[in-house]
Amino acid sequence: MVNEDGRRDAGDGAGRPLLQMQGIVKHFPGAKALDGVDLEVRPGEVHCLLGQNGAGKSTLIKVLAGAHRPDAGTLLWRGEPLRITSPVAALHAGVATMYQELDVVDGLTVAENVYLGHELAAGGFTRRRQAHARTAEVLRRLGHPDITPHREVGTLSAAGKQIVSMARALSHDARLIIMDEPSAVLDSGEVANLFRVVRELTASGVAVLYISHRLEEIRQIGDRITVLKDGRTVAAGLRVADTPTTELIRLMTGRAVDQVFPARTPVRPDADELLRVEGLGLRGAFSDVSFTVRAGEVVGLAGLVGSGRSEILETIYGARRATSGTVHVAGSRVRPGSVPAAVAAGVGLAPEERKSQGLLLDEPVYRNITLSTFARTARGAMLDERTERRVAREQIQALDLRPADPDRAARTLSGGNQQKAMLARWLVHGCRVLLLDEPTRGVDVGARAEIYGLVHALAEAGNAVVVVSSEIEEVLGLSHRVLVVADGRVLHSGPADQIDEHGVLDLVMEGSAA
Amino acid sequence: MSEQTPPTLATAGSVPPDPDRSTPLERREGGDTTGATSRRSRNPFHGAAGRNIGLVIALALLCAVGVATAGERFASIDNLMTILRLAAVIGVLSIGMTFVITGGGIDLSVGSVLGLASVWASTLATQTMARDAHWGVMVFTALAVGLACGLVNGVLIAYGRVVAFIATLAMMVAARGLAEIIANRQTQIVSVDAFLDVFRADVLGVSVLVWIFAAVAVAGWVLLNRTTFGRRTIAVGGNPEAARLAGIKVRRHTMYLYGLAGLTAGIAAIMMLARTTSGSSTHGMYYELDAIAAVVVGGTLLAGGRGTIVGTVLGVLIFTTLTNVFTQNNLSISAQSVAKGVIIVAAVLLQQRFAARSRSA
Repeated sequence: MVNEDGRRDAGDGAGRPLLQMQGIVKHFPGAKALDGVDLEVRPGEVHCLLGQNGAGKSTLIKVLAGAHRPDAGTLLWRGEPLRITSPVAALHAGVATMYQELDVVDGLTVAENVYLGHELAAGGFTRRRQAHARTAEVLRRLGHPDITPHREVGTLSAAGKQIVSMARALSHDARLIIMDEPSAVLDSGEVANLFRVVRELTASGVAVLYISHRLEEIRQIGDRITVLKDGRTVAAGLRVADTPTTELIRLMTGRAVDQVFPARTPVRPDADELLRVEGLGLRGAFSDVSFTVRAGEVVGLAGLVGSGRSEILETIYGARRATSGTVHVAGSRVRPGSVPAAVAAGVGLAPEERKSQGLLLDEPVYRNITLSTFARTARGAMLDERTERRVAREQIQALDLRPADPDRAARTLSGGNQQKAMLARWLVHGCRVLLLDEPTRGVDVGARAEIYGLVHALAEAGNAVVVVSSEIEEVLGLSHRVLVVADGRVLHSGPADQIDEHGVLDLVMEGSAA
Repeated sequence: MSEQTPPTLATAGSVPPDPDRSTPLERREGGDTTGATSRRSRNPFHGAAGRNIGLVIALALLCAVGVATAGERFASIDNLMTILRLAAVIGVLSIGMTFVITGGGIDLSVGSVLGLASVWASTLATQTMARDAHWGVMVFTALAVGLACGLVNGVLIAYGRVVAFIATLAMMVAARGLAEIIANRQTQIVSVDAFLDVFRADVLGVSVLVWIFAAVAVAGWVLLNRTTFGRRTIAVGGNPEAARLAGIKVRRHTMYLYGLAGLTAGIAAIMMLARTTSGSSTHGMYYELDAIAAVVVGGTLLAGGRGTIVGTVLGVLIFTTLTNVFTQNNLSISAQSVAKGVIIVAAVLLQQRFAARSRSA
């Protein structure tokens, strides 16, 4: 492939690893973000970090960059134990990070951004001329002499800002540069230039930890791969050349522990159609999506990150305004682009980002459960908190939400129990169409079976359920029917037991390539 | 109600039990301090009630200092009434401000809107009409002006997506200017006797202004803690995206919040007209800052999502008592300002500690 022999030797032959992490653990309240991560990076290699959203990549990067301190585990830097206690300590050791959200200051010049935090100064005065000269030199090295040091960064394109961000990393004399989805904002020509720079860097002995969702990029630029899943390293130091792409996807999406999915109850042949989506489209995200869900049925949307699956759910829910197509719930058309209309029609969404999109973290559990119904239980404008507590307590018991304390702050619940609170909200509301976006994201492996059981119980009780998950096995195991989505198009629709993971993967790969 | 408890309840209970499930969850509960937090919130010396007790203690200390330094002059019924009367106007503004801040916003314009409403309600034309018809004309004018200004703020912020700070800053400047134009920079003496008779009266030995403040505070407490409006306010301020996805009309509610703040500015304008017997474009100068200070010192989170009316009332009383104690001891207004600044910083530092603890829990 693209990998030249010289570079491979630099990767495999170098004696001492630059960075060794072992058993890194990081807890956050209610969730374990990292649960035993191992990573070994050698000088002069491009080491790719793979994993789905929520697998722990961001947390791992932040541990390396000194933004988070790990709770347990060892970190060896050039063979010596190192504690990275702050971002400054990380830079001092030689670890520079280019964050996904471009961390440049728009109002400052290119040179000021490059030397931000370590300004060249003499007696309190910045040495602008020297900073400009050095910045120009770094930019030349990066192949961008067109970006002048005195230009204001706000006037640059996203790609230009990326270059500035990289120039800053180089200005620190870094031994390891972490690039978090650097290609996300670039077009193909700019990606080629990025790769050229990366190869130059590695040729000079600098190691690059490269994070990307685009597997074909990893094929082109990567030397070795570490795969994270659920906060654990599931494969370390795989050689890119020896690892087929399907294997990588399987490692990312496969289960860490074998889960037994509850047996599907067949949908009654006379079951009512609860949700009908016809020709639904959202410009720039997806087009021409049509499917129906009957009472008692679970329909899964399978696809990779960025395939448009979450957008489909959000559009059905009215959180985004469809540019074409219609949504009918129980026979009547739902006004597009209005969440209250969808909720009134009996549609409930458990969003992907529970904490930022779903919950009032500092409010008690019962108020989170009644967030969509408190106005209905109220007498006039006056809240009826006794009824709210009662219905919340009923759901807490029915869903076995733990701890069974309706007055606890939602923040203190584990991921699985937060998800139950979201489900409880829509059950109290009497929703019959439930849209679940990544229902087991951030849920401990042990608690997942419980969520699966719930999804089935909900369907059996006569609800229509739509599940989106990046874990293909989860979609296949939970659903009666599966829609395979890639690049905003539905490529396949059929019974879940007539397609397997390989089949879905093949479809997704074809669809993405097209 | 009963139709809301869905058929799913029965079947959801039949989820196959997972023997392994309880272990990891329970281990986590035992491992962190969250169990204590939940208990702590029921202990009156912690959480929101605990903060109020802190404020009461601060107020008591201030009173003790007042008694120690000014003796009878401070500890008299007359002086207590003076403190309450002075607290009333800022207090009413602060109740409206509590809602805006709890809803995740800020309103810099209430002081100016107070000035504008006081001027508009005391123009020659309004006063003539009030004399000919009913003193309620002045009340209605002040309330209408306040509400209108608040709704303009609300529309700009909620639908025009102007940052609250900027929109209300613009209103602050513009309303003050408009008040000056209308009043031609003159003080307008209120000469409608019926109006003054009503609002300058005492009921049960207490000024009507203080009763108005009490009524607004009680109404505000009920509105924030017992009504759907209050619940929406907390939801919108705490997590606007979650509120939107739960089906709450976030923008409309945001607009209402600024309308409410404007309305309280209108009420405060009426009180100001009565207290000073005049309408002036200089009324309410810097009151927005005093109101924000009282709200923040009271324990309402500046970031939104948590608000306390009791805290706000205590915050207002603390500042007013402070002013009174300083005045009784012939200390300068400048010295008062320094003390106020220290109190604000101390309160916010405490609040941050409090917020950090609840977040880490």
